[in-house]
Amino acid sequence: MSFNPSDLIPILPELFLAVAGMVLLVIGALTGNHKTIFIGKAVLCSFVIAALILLGVDWNHQTVLNEMLVMDQFAGFLKLLVLIGLVASVALSLQYLEQIQTLRFEYPVLILFSGIGMMLMLSANDLLSLYVGLELQSLSLYVLAAIRRDHLRSAEAGMKYFILGAISSGMLLFGASILYGFTGTTNFEGIAASFEAGLTPGALIGMVFILAGLAFKISAVPFHMWTPDVYEGAPTSVTAFFALVPKLAALGLIARLVFEALPAAQDQWMQILWLLAAASMTLGAFAGLAQNNIKRLLAYSSIGNMGYALIGIVAGTQDGVGAMIFYMTIYMIMTAGTFGLVLCMRRDGKAAEKIDDLAGLSKNSPMLAYGLAILMFSMSGIPPMAGFFGKFLIFQAAVEAEMYILAVLGVLTSVVAAYYYLRLIKVMFFDEAADPFEDEISFSRRVVILVSVLFTLLFILKPSALVDISVNAASALFAG
Amino acid sequence: MLEIGIEHYLTLASALFTLGVFGIFLNRKNVIVILMCIELMLLAVNINFVAFSAYMGDLTGQVFTMIILTVAAAEAAIGLAILVVFFRTKGSIAVEDISELKG
Repeated sequence: MSFNPSDLIPILPELFLAVAGMVLLVIGALTGNHKTIFIGKAVLCSFVIAALILLGVDWNHQTVLNEMLVMDQFAGFLKLLVLIGLVASVALSLQYLEQIQTLRFEYPVLILFSGIGMMLMLSANDLLSLYVGLELQSLSLYVLAAIRRDHLRSAEAGMKYFILGAISSGMLLFGASILYGFTGTTNFEGIAASFEAGLTPGALIGMVFILAGLAFKISAVPFHMWTPDVYEGAPTSVTAFFALVPKLAALGLIARLVFEALPAAQDQWMQILWLLAAASMTLGAFAGLAQNNIKRLLAYSSIGNMGYALIGIVAGTQDGVGAMIFYMTIYMIMTAGTFGLVLCMRRDGKAAEKIDDLAGLSKNSPMLAYGLAILMFSMSGIPPMAGFFGKFLIFQAAVEAEMYILAVLGVLTSVVAAYYYLRLIKVMFFDEAADPFEDEISFSRRVVILVSVLFTLLFILKPSALVDISVNAASALFAG
Repeated sequence: MLEIGIEHYLTLASALFTLGVFGIFLNRKNVIVILMCIELMLLAVNINFVAFSAYMGDLTGQVFTMIILTVAAAEAAIGLAILVVFFRTKGSIAVEDISELKG
């Protein structure tokens, strides 16, 4: 077996980020916390450079490192989305970290390391690389949740996230060991071939364990218990990061796993994911109704949205997976803007997190109020905002796959969920005005909010472009 | 004479894994016990991997075990670090005291 360094070219973006992360970590350790802003900007630049390298890499199907990792259209496009999400979350974070006096140099570096983990997850072609990518991501996320060391709620969020995340990793590994035992390989193609030859109950048990472990990571009901607590307890900029990127990577991982390693067991995993999707949509819609904390509300909203995205995978078609990618892209961009606005909710040097704190925002700062209103209309799926197209494509895929119950349930729950999105608008525009928020908003946060709102508003001008790219990216999973 | 075969190893691993999961959910006292249970789950998985690997004469399982051991060490370090942070702010590591966030 000969090794040629040029074989590594498809994973060049990850390699670059890994080197950049280590260099920045050393710089941070040598200079201490007063260089955090510099390191944050350096991390931003690294993401942009990695995205440029990624665009230069060949996106046709090829495997790297003895088929451990794979590069194809699907991985390429989703990695690009992950990098965009990472840029947005770092851009949203820096000013907030300054405000809460948590300018730690580890923060941007940890985001970078979890970014590498997510990119490895999207490229995984083996249970081993799946596990390592997932853990690299999760371990960084646990620390990020607890980054505010002097703050009880942040420490508790980190604690809860760690324990439940570790259980989910244990389940995933247990499933991986059983799958390995019954199929004799950890490679996705090998597993697919073994499933093709005949389904054994043991291998199916392994599959169920793995899916349960992954459902934890995307916070699908009934594995969602950690989400509201972690979203509420973690610093808001970390919550924004959690909502933006990791779930996109985990959904991409699930899609690759079920379509590349387990296509022969489609009837079986479809039932599992069907149930997860239906339960997530329902709980996300109903539990959100009673929330008063806006971060908790967004946690339930994200649980519900994972349900909609899962429908795309359950549909089991190329259009379905395309709809899933499309939905997650729009969701990510809307969420970036929403969290950007939530980060602006500060009063007397403290974060205001209650929904009532938004009262009368339209009088005090109309720009913020209109921005949030547009994003909320979009989240609840009202045309002509971008969010409508995401839901439309998902339901269309479900109807084409003759999943009528799921489609009807999706429409009904999105009507219920519309209540809490529209309630925010009602509070902002029709309630008695509360004290104004601090109006100091950093340039990078303004840019993120502006891009997000404009994307949501103007998406209707050319929706077909993103649809084509998404369906094209999904085609990689159905090529062979 | 009883021959120790693959099924014995698998039974042992499943029993340990179940103990680990139950330990986490039934334990109402101490967070350190939860960390031990997590470790137990991962080690049960390792037994599975090594047993399958030896049974099939395939090395992948043992490589996987090495990697799990490494990651488990990192995971334990992070878990204990978060526990220390929690103890500093709360002054307790009892499970029932992790109750600030709910709703």
